Amino acid sequence: MTITRLGRTLTYVLVAAIALAIAVPVAWVLLASFKAKGEFYDSPWTLPDGLRIQNYVDAFVTAHMGQYFLTSVLVTVLGLVFVLAVSIPAAYVIARYEFRGRGFVEVLLLAGLFVNVNYIVVPIFLMLVGWDRSLADVLPGGFFIDNPAVLSLVYAATSIPFSIYLLTAYFRSIPVDYEEAASLDGASRFLVMTRIMLPMARPAVTTVILFNFLAYWNDFIIALTLLPGDGKTLQVGLLNLMTAQKAAADYGRLYAGMVIVIVPVLILYALIQRRLIEGMAAGGVKG
Amino acid sequence: MTAAAKRRKRGNGGFVLACLAPALVLFAVFMIVPTVNVFRMSLYTWSGFSPDMRFVGLDNFRRLLDDDQFVRAFQNTVALLVVVTVVTMGMGLFLAAIMTRQKLSGRNLYRFVLYVPNVLSVVVIAAIFSAVYDQENGLLNGALRVLSLDGLQQVWLGDQRIVLYSVAIAMVWQSLGYYMVLYMSSMSSIPEELYEASSLDGASAGKQFFSITLPLIWQHLRTTLTFFVMSAVNLSFVLVRAMTGGGPDGASEVLLSYMYKQAYTNSSYGYGMAIGVVIFAFSFLVSLLVSRATKREPLQF
Repeated sequence: MTITRLGRTLTYVLVAAIALAIAVPVAWVLLASFKAKGEFYDSPWTLPDGLRIQNYVDAFVTAHMGQYFLTSVLVTVLGLVFVLAVSIPAAYVIARYEFRGRGFVEVLLLAGLFVNVNYIVVPIFLMLVGWDRSLADVLPGGFFIDNPAVLSLVYAATSIPFSIYLLTAYFRSIPVDYEEAASLDGASRFLVMTRIMLPMARPAVTTVILFNFLAYWNDFIIALTLLPGDGKTLQVGLLNLMTAQKAAADYGRLYAGMVIVIVPVLILYALIQRRLIEGMAAGGVKG
Repeated sequence: MTAAAKRRKRGNGGFVLACLAPALVLFAVFMIVPTVNVFRMSLYTWSGFSPDMRFVGLDNFRRLLDDDQFVRAFQNTVALLVVVTVVTMGMGLFLAAIMTRQKLSGRNLYRFVLYVPNVLSVVVIAAIFSAVYDQENGLLNGALRVLSLDGLQQVWLGDQRIVLYSVAIAMVWQSLGYYMVLYMSSMSSIPEELYEASSLDGASAGKQFFSITLPLIWQHLRTTLTFFVMSAVNLSFVLVRAMTGGGPDGASEVLLSYMYKQAYTNSSYGYGMAIGVVIFAFSFLVSLLVSRATKREPLQF
């Protein structure tokens, strides 16, 4: 049995090596964010001298990452509110009501699953620029470009197919008895939807929130295009720090900025990882 | 749903419309209209901002054929797709099989760690790999120096021959955990008796993988493959955009980044949209081909 034991040991080593290849760079960034400027010219494998927070002060204040953080929170929360407000009712009627054109609507939304946002970001940008131009008399400062709420709306719109797909499937799996009992008791259609069905669909709603949170929080292409002014999101701010680092070799500020972006997501991931992975098995697809 | 319930729900036009309209309007304005515009504008020349817009038919597409940079971006995209798909799928399946079949100790920890890149943003991953690949102070060259393998040091993102592989490694690093977890969930639904029976027949773990595991998750594998192709086209773009900007000298340019450059930076909007049409057609065609090529009789357990 020595051959199988050898094979088993090799497998262990291989798996551990792959896990290390993923963990080490992330951990290294966390550590390097505490290094002073001079330390970056030593071997990259040395540990920092102490827990210096100057890099974080630089990143938060000088590089405006604090301000960008708030923009990101605003845009993400608003996007989630928009997408839930429009997707839940739509998914509910698609799952439960007979109406003309339902099949067509379903096919259309399904096709939307295959359209990636990055394919259409340039037309969206030019459309918004065009709207701004035609409103120039009323709003000379422009309204649609550089508006975080519009960015949220675009995020919400582009995740509608995925959200409705997931929610519809879940609504269909809930037995109709509850609704029938409620409407016999005289509950209105609106109340049946919000008071009976919505609480029962909580697992699907949570999955939708999780995946859309990650998509909105981590996006940079749309944010880069639609917010070209000073009110950037965290990801775009980090991209700027990367460009600045290439010019000025200011590593500390970049690594501190990365940690600011990574930590909230890692904490969330650690808290909800089981849910995330279960949701993935249920949804099966990612945009 | 019973027939009575269905009947009762007729005559609810107002309610249905009120629920459906907001979602459909948003979907139409921000997804259908832009998508249609990609196809329509590919037939025009337009700088994107000037009022001067001219219909040129298929001229943009004819120009594409003579555009060396476009051909190169196309080749790079195909190369990345092939390499990244084969490596990620292969490693993902292998790891998932080990995690589910071998009852590896600490596998929850491994799963946690391997899935981490999937929750990180592409900008963060690009920044991490810039740190790894940095010529002077990078982790990789630093490690090679420590191991006295100075000769193997490379300009990972600055060498035209290497940069595409460097991007491919970052792509595998990002997506491996996601696919492993996906396959773990479908492998864990295979009944244990099947493996027990074949163990009694003396089948090795490797043989079991090919004769039991793989055939039984085949349908699931096909679906993920189709989506993988599309998300890889996309991932290659966002990663290249943040990490190399297509350089050096176009060596890591991919289709979407070239489209972005033409439509946005270079202001040849119509030309950029022609590239967009090619990308749509290409990813649709690849998905179709993959789906055809992997078609098997579905197996049940």
